[in-house]
Amino acid sequence: MGFFIEVLFGGFLAGVLYALVALGFVLIFKASGVFNFAQGAMVLFAALSLVRLMEWMPIPIALLVSVGIMIVFALVVERLVLRPLVNQEGIILFMATIGVSYFVDGFGQTIWGSEIYTLDLGLPKEPVIILESVFEGGVLVNKFDLVAAVIAGILVTVLAVFFQKTRIGRALRAVADDHQAAQSVGIPLRDIWVIVWSTSGIVALVAGIVWGSALGVQFSISLVALKALPVLILGGFTSVPGAIIGGLIIGAGEKLAEVFIGPSFGGGIENWFAYMLALLFLLVRPQGLFGERIIERV
Amino acid sequence: MRTKLLRAAALGAIGAAAMLAAGAGEALAQNEQFLPRLVYRTGPYAPNGVPFANGYADYLNMLNERDGGINGVRLVQEECETGYATDRGVECYDRLKGKGPTGAGVVDPLSTGITFALTEKAPGDKIPLITMGYGRSESQDGSVFGWNFPLLGTYWAAADIIMNYVAQKEGGYGKLKGKKVSLVYHDSPYGKEPIPLLEELAKRHGFAFSALPVTHPGVEQKATWLQIRQNRPDYVLLWGWGVMNSTAIKEAAAVNYPRNKMIGVWWSGAEPDVTPGGDGSKGYMAAALHAIGDQFGVHRDIYKLVYDKNRGAGKREEVGQVLYNRGLVNGFLASEAIRKAQSRFGNKPMTGEQVRWGLENLDITAARIKESGFEGLVYPLKISCQDHMGSARARIQQWDGSKWSFVSDWIEADRKLIDPMVVAAAKKYAEEKKITPRDCSKES
Repeated sequence: MGFFIEVLFGGFLAGVLYALVALGFVLIFKASGVFNFAQGAMVLFAALSLVRLMEWMPIPIALLVSVGIMIVFALVVERLVLRPLVNQEGIILFMATIGVSYFVDGFGQTIWGSEIYTLDLGLPKEPVIILESVFEGGVLVNKFDLVAAVIAGILVTVLAVFFQKTRIGRALRAVADDHQAAQSVGIPLRDIWVIVWSTSGIVALVAGIVWGSALGVQFSISLVALKALPVLILGGFTSVPGAIIGGLIIGAGEKLAEVFIGPSFGGGIENWFAYMLALLFLLVRPQGLFGERIIERV
Repeated sequence: MRTKLLRAAALGAIGAAAMLAAGAGEALAQNEQFLPRLVYRTGPYAPNGVPFANGYADYLNMLNERDGGINGVRLVQEECETGYATDRGVECYDRLKGKGPTGAGVVDPLSTGITFALTEKAPGDKIPLITMGYGRSESQDGSVFGWNFPLLGTYWAAADIIMNYVAQKEGGYGKLKGKKVSLVYHDSPYGKEPIPLLEELAKRHGFAFSALPVTHPGVEQKATWLQIRQNRPDYVLLWGWGVMNSTAIKEAAAVNYPRNKMIGVWWSGAEPDVTPGGDGSKGYMAAALHAIGDQFGVHRDIYKLVYDKNRGAGKREEVGQVLYNRGLVNGFLASEAIRKAQSRFGNKPMTGEQVRWGLENLDITAARIKESGFEGLVYPLKISCQDHMGSARARIQQWDGSKWSFVSDWIEADRKLIDPMVVAAAKKYAEEKKITPRDCSKES
């Protein structure tokens, strides 16, 4: 039983890390209806910028400059990609983000390098054993994962307040519903896009810090975006809390499956199991657990 | 009229000069040995791919600078980015195989997946594949795999060497009975390669063996290491690549698995594998195909002739790292094969078929190693038509937090164990692919 709880808990904490990346997707989709394929590349680019800047300046300054870089990135994307494609179908914008993704991947590695860079912000990494008196050997918990969970919790709270309680948040939601209608009531579409891509860039920076601290900053962290996809399918593309709940379910589901079912299949099932789990949810609830149900009248 | 004549004469002179220049260029190009270089400088495996590519490139450039190439034949290399993806690797091979006056002399696929794909293409193209320390283990059998050369060692040899070391530590193979050994492997042809040999060793010596796959690229291993924590194996063998290695070491630290009970294959024992883990990597061990460091003669030449002239492929401070030296050794073996082929076919660019002859007659003696500046870096190697691997030895190295140090002497793979497995697997492959094995006793 102790081992089951350990795997379950480990899965929850892994899910929180996936949710951090999923949040960036949700933000842009929620505010612009665009599935941003470049989110993983943005995580890598933000983390690479930070870790390389830290070689020349103190951490707080490097953090601020990295935020600045992500805002400039948002401005460039809005000016060169989104603005020419305004009012185009969502699929066109999605294709454009695929282009952005490959460009950012290559550009980031060209200017910052493709080595592994160690990112040490002093986050605790030692494991702790809890419930030793209850279960033999106790339950192992990694302090780093707990810190990541706290960071994700803070981020979700801030974003939820931002979307629900601020004027800009409401404007973002209006733009997501209908670009043209939002423009007709005076919402500046370009500014909104810059704001949402900047916010998403900052979320990417946070995700990059957490993943970069765990793995080292390197190309592979752009691939964690693939881990966010089943989370989004399950949690819904438009729900910030959905990203967290989806992350927890996917994280726990795939770890339990890998440990308890995997050996019967030769192991290595967690990647496809996550997608299968998401697919099952999709069949029952296409909009995801917390996604908005879209009803279109004919 | 006179002006017209002068203009015609001038044009004629320019034309003649251009033709002469073109002819000279062509003559120069005719005396070049083309070497396609399948590399990965981007993507998830770039941190490991870059130093290897740099070492290889620097060695060829140094030969050009120092000796004018090989016996006056300049070495021309062209890199093609594979991203460690099999499809892109095959595309690179197809694009580059016909370049140069004689086509590709030899190809280093630098990926077991790409090697699997090219193994069927190379015989038709008559281009040898050097897969130093990787590739198909049964390709050691030259009678079936006429174009594959897993020089210095295969994964079966690596697994056997590592288990020999484990047995040494435990006081002999007899002491392994009842012990538990787990393999954490990259879920790819590369990672699966050692499994048959480890299963055979487990059967012979009575230890419990379990294999735990990690899916590409290996950034998520929590479930794997929770199983390790639960099962508490006596040893964990690591068969990873790129980010999978550093993640495995970090996860081992996270579940308190002792790093000095973890032993990686030679592709899991470079600086990018241990530095991200910081102090958590201390004690981790891995097999080593060659020595580490920049204190060898060949490095002195590379510094003087390449880096001092700002022509280095990478950073000067990375010269001598594990994977840099791996690329260097690989370049050395490829160039020695060309040199050997020239000794029979003349000092000119060699075809793939001629380089294969060079490889099958390669005899790198201690004297030749010393002469080439590799003394202490590699050990002598002799290849034949039947044996495409040569002697397979490795040492075990351990990371102390800042550098690798050897903790064992050279350990030789047990050929009595490996060779029958190789023959059986090669025979099966030959039957499947309808290949008639060569009779090596009749080849010179």
